[in-house]
Amino acid sequence: MMSLDKYLPTWVKRIGLVSALLLFVAGIVFWGGFNWALEATNKESFCISCHEMEENVFKEYQNTVHYTNRTGVRATCPDCHVPKEWGPKMIRKIQASNEVLHKILGTIDTPEKFNAKRGQLAQNEWKRMKANDSQECRNCHRYDYMDYTEQGNRAARMHPQAFTEGKTCIDCHKGIAHQLPAIDQHIGKQNEGAVAISHGEKPAEPAEAADKK
Amino acid sequence: MRLITALALAASLLLGGVGGVGAQERVNEIGNVSIEGNSKVDMFRPEKDKESIPRNFQKQPPLIPHSVKGYNITQNFNKCMDCHSKERAEETGATKVAKSHYLDREDKKHSNISPRRYFCMQCHVPQFDAKPLVENTYKPAAKKGE
Repeated sequence: MMSLDKYLPTWVKRIGLVSALLLFVAGIVFWGGFNWALEATNKESFCISCHEMEENVFKEYQNTVHYTNRTGVRATCPDCHVPKEWGPKMIRKIQASNEVLHKILGTIDTPEKFNAKRGQLAQNEWKRMKANDSQECRNCHRYDYMDYTEQGNRAARMHPQAFTEGKTCIDCHKGIAHQLPAIDQHIGKQNEGAVAISHGEKPAEPAEAADKK
Repeated sequence: MRLITALALAASLLLGGVGGVGAQERVNEIGNVSIEGNSKVDMFRPEKDKESIPRNFQKQPPLIPHSVKGYNITQNFNKCMDCHSKERAEETGATKVAKSHYLDREDKKHSNISPRRYFCMQCHVPQFDAKPLVENTYKPAAKKGE
């Protein structure tokens, strides 16, 4: 022990080697615990443990290709709604405390309340995906590796065209996993409060219009 | 009481038996195909995207030459109109909704599509790779001037 003494920094000498080692272990335990909690709240089972999600968006998602498909590869809630990189993930997790607040307030605790808010909720998520260039889609679907010969005629025609125009996935693929809010499509009388859908031509406009209301 | 139970049991066995025999009978109308087991219908696949399919008779609602899997028509959103509406058709290269779809039942023209045309797939149907069960000898009536 004596020979080690001269290699130890002063602060270790002050608190003692054992305490320093204990601090190190505590660090591992706390980081592990933090990471565990982060992962535990990043599971589909956690998301649908609240009935707001289970009764509304989860049911809709069960009819889509990201839930059930030929090969059984799935994209679960966090794959699309929580960024994978550490920084953006932390930011999103902190923003999610607002969702906890509204869970407690019961803002969307019935399907009727949820549907009344659907337009706003959808636009929040569209805005987020537009801002990060649909990063969560591109974690799996990469433009560069798309084989247009394997795509249907319509996809093979539209994809290169949209990429050239600098569009991102969410510009066209809205409502791919959940029901859309009421959208004005020029059919019959206009729906009260219907959202004008953008296909990437006028990205900021619909979000701004929603803010003004 | 015991007699009633026995009678009921016997009756249910009899009825069940009759039902079983009925199911084993072959239904000739659909070409001697047994109706037992899993239906083959769900094995048919939507046909791959192709160019528009020629009409079989005059005024036939054009057939849908692409898969419509996951394309929902709900109260909030009509997936077909995402491409086929007159605002979107040029960009997407889809066939534009016909002018007749803007008329209401009094034949009055509106600037928006008539709500009675909302459910596209009541008339326009997608195609599956199902082979016809019987030969079809249908011939359309001659067009004007033919």
